[in-house]
Amino acid sequence: MARALVHIVALIAAGFAFACHAGAEELQPYNISGDGIAESLTGSPGDAARGRALVLARTTTCILCHSGPFPETRFQGDLAPDLTGAGNRWTASQLRLRLVDAARFNPETIMPSYYRNEGFVRVGRNFAGKPILSAAEIEDIVAFLATLRD
Amino acid sequence: MKFWRAIAAAALLATIPALLAGEIPPDARRSGYSFMGPDTRAMQDDDTSNPGMLFVLDGEALWTKRTGSADKACADCHGDARGSMKGVAARYPAFDKALARPVTLDQRINLCRSNHQQATPLPYESRDLLALSAFVAHQSRGIAITAGDDPQLKPFVEQGRHLFMRREGQLNLACTNCHDDNFDKRLAGAPITQGQPTGYPLYRLEWQTLGSLERRLRSCMTGVRAQAYDYGAPELVALELYLMSRAHGLPMETPAVRP
Repeated sequence: MARALVHIVALIAAGFAFACHAGAEELQPYNISGDGIAESLTGSPGDAARGRALVLARTTTCILCHSGPFPETRFQGDLAPDLTGAGNRWTASQLRLRLVDAARFNPETIMPSYYRNEGFVRVGRNFAGKPILSAAEIEDIVAFLATLRD
Repeated sequence: MKFWRAIAAAALLATIPALLAGEIPPDARRSGYSFMGPDTRAMQDDDTSNPGMLFVLDGEALWTKRTGSADKACADCHGDARGSMKGVAARYPAFDKALARPVTLDQRINLCRSNHQQATPLPYESRDLLALSAFVAHQSRGIAITAGDDPQLKPFVEQGRHLFMRREGQLNLACTNCHDDNFDKRLAGAPITQGQPTGYPLYRLEWQTLGSLERRLRSCMTGVRAQAYDYGAPELVALELYLMSRAHGLPMETPAVRP
């Protein structure tokens, strides 16, 4: 009986630990150097073609505010700069930090910090503890934006 | 001493505009109507094509229908709504003395049901509640919004303003970021309005039905990936109150049509 109880307690504890782990997704550590993040968050370069698809997918939210050289997409936003020529204006390192945490440059910006998972208010259940984009998605988008040259 | 006081006063005066930065000046306030295309405007303007009018007609029928164990109709106490309800919705949410807090028009209707008709409350967003609300608010069409003028409401207006200015959700955005600072711009191709709640409950083409301001607020909260407050939550009432006070002077349009 006592043994069964110990087992149950252990199971509950394990379940709790698992739930906590699932609650706050681990982020890849990154180093900020100057005004950018020089190294890939995943350790390998992103895929520009996948990045293009991600920028155009409404779920990533990019295209809700930005516009760009995307003739096939009618519904683009104009709350934020056009992405045309983003690869001329910014290095991959600068683009990476601007995606990870744009608020670092301007706390008033409306651009979300895409690679942050804490310090928010009333995050919806499905999103709690998670960054908006994964490290791999950020790398794909960085790779794509770097190709946007005039 | 006087000198320092003058400097302190001047400094205080100088900070006032900063505190109000982002808030839309009264003469620049615009109904969501002004952001719509000609087709949607025409749909709202013509009562025979405005789908919200079907709810208003349903509400008119409910107004005179007896219900609850008291077997009373709204009309038994309030008479002809065209007179008794004129201008009422333009003052809601209003302070309820017994509850010592503001209540929305929907909540007032349900308080009347439980207190005077001895009837069960109607669920939020149910057809009957929307119909009664639309019928009552329709009696204020064209009347300037004055909600929030009651001094007892001041702390609740402030609470609503605070919630409007507070960033929330995974996208970390506040209402003010779009509806004070970026109206007239386009979010995914659609114009951002000032969020002036002049026509609720209103018919939204996206919903294919009538809906309340609370429904609209909840969908914005879900949009920024925040946990939406439950219907009737004090926070939603405070936000509704702040939004109505922010729309001070704009004419009521119920039932409005929006995309």
